[in-house]
Amino acid sequence: MAKVVFKKPHALAGGPMHYCPGCTHGIIHRLIAEVLDELDIEGSTIGISPVGCAYNNYLYFNCDMIQAAHGRAPAVATGIKRSRPDNIVFTYQGDGDLAAIGTSEIVHAATRSENITIVFVNNAIYGMTSGQMAPTTLLNQVTTTSPYGRTTKLHGYPVKVSEMLSTLDGASYIERVSTHDVKNIFKTKKAIKKAFMVQMEKKGFSLVEILSSCPTNWGISPQEALKWIEEKMTLVFPIRIFKGFDLEVGK
Amino acid sequence: MAEKVLMKGNEVIAEAAIRAGCKHYFGYPITPQTEIAHYMAKKLPEIGGVFVQAESEIAAINMVYGAAAAGIRVITSSSSPGISLKQEGLSYIAGAELPCVVVNIVRCGPGLGGILPAQCDYFQAVKGGGHGDYRMVVFSPSSVQELYELTVEAFNVADRYRITSMIMGDGMLGQMMEAVEFKDEENIETVEKDWALTGTRMKREHNIITSVNVNPYELEKINEGLQAKYKKIVENEQRVEIYNCKDADVIIVAHGTVARIIKNVIETLKHEGIRVGLIRPITLWPFPTEIFEKYASVPKMFLTVELSAGQMVEDVRLALNGKKPVYFYGRMGGMIPTQKEIMDKIKSILRGDRDG
Repeated sequence: MAKVVFKKPHALAGGPMHYCPGCTHGIIHRLIAEVLDELDIEGSTIGISPVGCAYNNYLYFNCDMIQAAHGRAPAVATGIKRSRPDNIVFTYQGDGDLAAIGTSEIVHAATRSENITIVFVNNAIYGMTSGQMAPTTLLNQVTTTSPYGRTTKLHGYPVKVSEMLSTLDGASYIERVSTHDVKNIFKTKKAIKKAFMVQMEKKGFSLVEILSSCPTNWGISPQEALKWIEEKMTLVFPIRIFKGFDLEVGK
Repeated sequence: MAEKVLMKGNEVIAEAAIRAGCKHYFGYPITPQTEIAHYMAKKLPEIGGVFVQAESEIAAINMVYGAAAAGIRVITSSSSPGISLKQEGLSYIAGAELPCVVVNIVRCGPGLGGILPAQCDYFQAVKGGGHGDYRMVVFSPSSVQELYELTVEAFNVADRYRITSMIMGDGMLGQMMEAVEFKDEENIETVEKDWALTGTRMKREHNIITSVNVNPYELEKINEGLQAKYKKIVENEQRVEIYNCKDADVIIVAHGTVARIIKNVIETLKHEGIRVGLIRPITLWPFPTEIFEKYASVPKMFLTVELSAGQMVEDVRLALNGKKPVYFYGRMGGMIPTQKEIMDKIKSILRGDRDG
């Protein structure tokens, strides 16, 4: 009899995803779904889709989902969690959504220590709207709105969300991870799991910042994109725990 | 025994919301509506409710969006500049068809303007201040008693149609103390919210709340569904008060606090033999057009009086469709017309003065 060694997590809906080849959104979705399965919380979880490439990822999860206005997901999450404190609530947000238009909402959700989980996908660019400069765009990085490269004089510096939010007393768990290789993908899953466990134990605001690839808008191949995360992004956005708990996450 | 108490308008809105079964308030401070937040901050924790002072009106309305999606009764309140900030959220709430109650204690604009009474947000409220083809049910109470009754009703209407109900008042109404008689038991309509986000409990398909659809064929259908709902609301929810309109020479159209002044004007002019009536729209949307069809033939002319440059008067003209002349008198910037000003205006239009 054949032994199942790999299958679709139950919390992940079937069907193709719309993401570009080489984009790591799909991997991150799978990791979230695996965590919902392993913690057995799919049935109590309510997810919030952002504006950006993942705007319709409510189709990709089998838990209850809601789509939020650009940047407002942490406020929507607050409304849901305060109405249904026994449900698990997470947002899925990109860097334009969370670190530009939604800066106020994320800062104050953290300040209030809302007992919610934020999955923050940082790919240093606006993907959906075709490659504009993001708050997290690296210096000298060429985008459609910084065609001569990002400069400090014209555009200022990349926003370091995890560093910034970890200064807030209300933020309970903040970790930056990456998706550029298998080892780091495993670490990413562990961080996502820990973030949900922090929420389950009612310990307050948890956020996982995930460095992610955008080969389409970076204008390089998927392989080069993973290398670019490792060689360029992790220098500006170091992979580490900024605030944490000693929770036993398991495998 | 019904309870009769002396209360401030803003506090009555908050009390009415609680009596309507609302235990969740999200808001941001702004004058002249802050007593609503104060009352909620004090009362809601006592009854196991939730009061959150948001970081902005934008955040507050998005908290409302989340709470409404979770299937509970929820309210936010603000004043004009804050309501402008909420427009994005109101559009999403309309698109996602969620029920909630929003209070606008209007101040005089534009910009930061002033905090005194005005009705200059009429267009924003009834014509859609946010983007897209959408509507809200807009109530304009004119007494503290009515603030109470319409706030309770606003929740029922919101749930019934999965729509935003707006209570639109002004600083005069919000700040004034007046007797209010609370009922022993509220008429709370309960509807099943099987669309709400509760978690699937692994027992049903997942619920999705969204306003986005990039398929034009589907999105047009969704929009047609919204319009069909709005049509039903227009048919069922027009509310209006008719005062002294039989045999009136002039019918005044005024809503909210202005209507209070008009009633005094009517009584005073009775002694001078001038017959004046009042049509007071209680719902600004749906605008009570049906009543205008009924009364169009009665007076020589209509006069709309507003605390604005003339906004509702456009709907009065549309409702009358040229059947009678429609004049306008308005004050702005927080100025309130005196009875004498209005009486002079009435006499002037009756004389047929060139500019009315």
